[in-house]
Amino acid sequence: MNAPASSSLVGARVQRKEDYRFLTGAGQYTDDVALPNQAHAAFVRSPHAHAKIRKISLEKARKSPGVVGIFTGTDLANAKVGGLPCGWLITDVNGQPMKEPPHPCLAQGKVRHVGDQVAVVIAETLAQAKDAAELVDVDYEVLPAVVDAAAARKSKVVVHDGVPENTCYVWALGDKAACDAAFAKAAHVTKLEFINNRLIPNAIEPRAAIGGYNRADESYTLYVASQNPHVERLLMTAFVLGLPEHKVRVIAPDVGGGFGSKIYLYAEDVVVTWAAKQLNRPVKWTAERSESFVSDAHGRDHITVAELAMDKDGKFLGMRVRTTANMGAYLSTFASCIPTILYATLLAGQYTTPVIYCEVTAVFTNTTPVDAYRGAGRPEATYVVERLVETAAREMKLDPAEIRRRNFIRSFPYQTPVALQYDTGNYDATLDAALELSDRKNFEKRKAESLKNGKLRGLGYAAYIEACGIAPSAVAGSLGARAGLFEAGEVRVHPTGSVTVFTGSHSHGQGHETTFAQVVADRLGIPIENVDIVHGDTSKVLFGMGTYGSRSIAVGGTAIVKALDKVIAKGKKIAAHLLEASEADIEYDRGEFKVAGTDKKKMFGEVAFAAYVPHNYPHDKLEPGLNENAFYDPANFTFPAGTYVCEVEIDRDTGVVKIERFTAVDDFGRIINPMIVEGQVHGGLVQGIGQALTEGCRYDAENGQLLTGSYMDYCMPRADDVPSFKVDTRETPCTHNPLGVKGCGEAGAIGSPAALMNAITDALGVKDVAMPATAQTVWKHLQEKSHARV
Amino acid sequence: MTLKVSMKVNGKPVSAEVEARTLLVTYIREHLRLTGTHVGCDTAQCGACTVMMNGKAIKSCSIVAMQAEGADLLTIEGVAKPDGTLHPMQAAFKENHGLQCGFCTPGMVMNALDFAKSHPNPSEQEVREALEGNLCRCTGYHNIVKSIIAGAKAMGGKL
Repeated sequence: MNAPASSSLVGARVQRKEDYRFLTGAGQYTDDVALPNQAHAAFVRSPHAHAKIRKISLEKARKSPGVVGIFTGTDLANAKVGGLPCGWLITDVNGQPMKEPPHPCLAQGKVRHVGDQVAVVIAETLAQAKDAAELVDVDYEVLPAVVDAAAARKSKVVVHDGVPENTCYVWALGDKAACDAAFAKAAHVTKLEFINNRLIPNAIEPRAAIGGYNRADESYTLYVASQNPHVERLLMTAFVLGLPEHKVRVIAPDVGGGFGSKIYLYAEDVVVTWAAKQLNRPVKWTAERSESFVSDAHGRDHITVAELAMDKDGKFLGMRVRTTANMGAYLSTFASCIPTILYATLLAGQYTTPVIYCEVTAVFTNTTPVDAYRGAGRPEATYVVERLVETAAREMKLDPAEIRRRNFIRSFPYQTPVALQYDTGNYDATLDAALELSDRKNFEKRKAESLKNGKLRGLGYAAYIEACGIAPSAVAGSLGARAGLFEAGEVRVHPTGSVTVFTGSHSHGQGHETTFAQVVADRLGIPIENVDIVHGDTSKVLFGMGTYGSRSIAVGGTAIVKALDKVIAKGKKIAAHLLEASEADIEYDRGEFKVAGTDKKKMFGEVAFAAYVPHNYPHDKLEPGLNENAFYDPANFTFPAGTYVCEVEIDRDTGVVKIERFTAVDDFGRIINPMIVEGQVHGGLVQGIGQALTEGCRYDAENGQLLTGSYMDYCMPRADDVPSFKVDTRETPCTHNPLGVKGCGEAGAIGSPAALMNAITDALGVKDVAMPATAQTVWKHLQEKSHARV
Repeated sequence: MTLKVSMKVNGKPVSAEVEARTLLVTYIREHLRLTGTHVGCDTAQCGACTVMMNGKAIKSCSIVAMQAEGADLLTIEGVAKPDGTLHPMQAAFKENHGLQCGFCTPGMVMNALDFAKSHPNPSEQEVREALEGNLCRCTGYHNIVKSIIAGAKAMGGKL
């Protein structure tokens, strides 16, 4: 029977349960799965950004050795396979629904971006499939393309018929008249115009999918590198293939990073599943990296004009933001809500800005679809707010920390003018800690030292907020979500008291198998070795909405806690019977059911055993067994916040930016495993630093070719591009979930670009520098400045 | 055209008939079913496919299997002791949270093993430069660097 755990596991740096398999090569990612008799798929993709398909000739390809099937858009249309759905309906400023042009799984007469899927070739071996795909002859009539969001509305290029000015929607949030009035009485207005650069997520595991079909029971199995297998199944069965869900099993095994890019239902997943039935054998596809670059949903890509109105003391009076967001060629699964619901609602930041107005125009272009990428709207919002605030401080000759303090929200709950209600926070605490940890007080000394060495040193802050734990379903529904956003969990107690927990959250690097086990072991007071977490399989896990928006512990963790509370409640009834006591007198404490005020007790394992061997059991009141599930729909978002301080040194001759110090102090509420939280912050910081320093997706403006389509051209941050970090936390527990947790997955990527760009502009003494601040970009600014001095 | 290739992998002699164009990583993953060696980029940029060949870390996506004829290969599956005890470098990754999704991890460990043989007490900068050929998208490298410094010290210059 179980011994009580000696110390609290919540808050402990528990080493990860998942590490052994990953460190010994025993992980099982989708491409590691090999099903008997599997065939291999290669997709024929458009080499053009925009073209009509005159004819597809398959004769040569069909004769190629090993080919077992070739399918085009015509085959899918004949089989009534639907297009890919968008999960969020945005209503425009005129009350009209957004434009939702069809998103076919294989092109129907036209291609709209480089990499658009045209046909699938399936063969005995992967090499044979690729060879035959080369022989598919597509006759294209190339059309002019538009790739730039700024050009899309005025362009003569028609990306989709029936979508005037290539505009998906024009959407607004806030009181425009009140905002204009605030600006009219401002003592000072700070204005910035910038581009939030398009990024390519680049999880190191390329996407992969294996579809299988069983004629005996007409069931499908899809292995897929996905962040949310149940959502994938729901979208695919209900909206695309028209299959009953109980006939489709989706397994997302070990997944090698997602960062948003594996949330969505992709065409390849549908095609291999459908083709498996046509061929009556499993069909496997794994993306090459070059395919990932053109077919994984991209992130960001905003053009923004932002203004901040202040009184003479630097008190914020209003904020006005106008953004054009590039959706790419089609609406990806959650694309429409990213530059709206997850962006404009965050523009209050940590401040009491009383009125905010934001207008967003979403446009279609001949580029890969854009959707959520780590942070999803919130990095873009933080960039707007924190670049504005820092620039305002410089223009007002105020210390950047001081201007923030003058505007911090200090009374909670706080209703922002952009729909959200913050439950709790302490922004002074994270700012103070960040200033201390970054040794702010000696910055000037270090700056003087750099100058002596011919280098420029700059300091930048970002005080971010994010909305995580997405989301109360009713709120999301009223804003256009076409799905609920709860989470599900099941606690299966085995007869001898060990526990298997099933969660709808998915782990693809976050370490849920450890963190969630800590929560369970702590709550039940049993050893962590007696707890296993299962996720990622629709046939095992009751339901799930998946992992994105830093929601796993806040929503998924809470669902598990609710199920645990049911287990304990039932356990008390069983214990009361066994101990011949009143249920009201039973207390549960660290693995023991006790009769209050006595030494009578039953161990957790004894109660579990009684539930499964119910010889002495209250059959008149209770069912046997100890297995509970729970669904949790959050009462509110959670609001992690923090302050990041970045210090850079710039080489005047080369323009190379070196990050000398990076300090991050976050408030994630209660922390379950500090080691894992720090790891999440480190990773997020480098993704944000990548955006600010090295990464930028580029298309040829004339022909729409992706110019950054490999790791030779798209500059991922490497180990010698980034520093080690100083990270710390402050805790104001979330008020509306039982764990007090807020979520930590995206913060680093949200706060770091603004902090870094604030530091670079400080060092250079310029108002703005475009991201990514490559050596070339910075060098150009240095040249302009030195010319100006002459 | 198929050809016979023979080599030693994790101490065991193996041989197979493969197409001439078969990459070493394909041979390892598909023919030997040693799927701990991963493919992340196909262009020798990410390092997820790193294995040790004749004692040196190489990217197995950038050579064909034939080029490994007669070679002595070590993949991630052969790094721990036969009883399952982790190698000191693997243990250092676990202790220092040097991995998250695990996909780049085998390549990181194989590269680190080669590096640590000649760097028993490396500096942070040396480790960062040695990781030039390996991409990680999860960890921000912070804890990988810590892991390799700790692992290298534990190895004392010996594999």
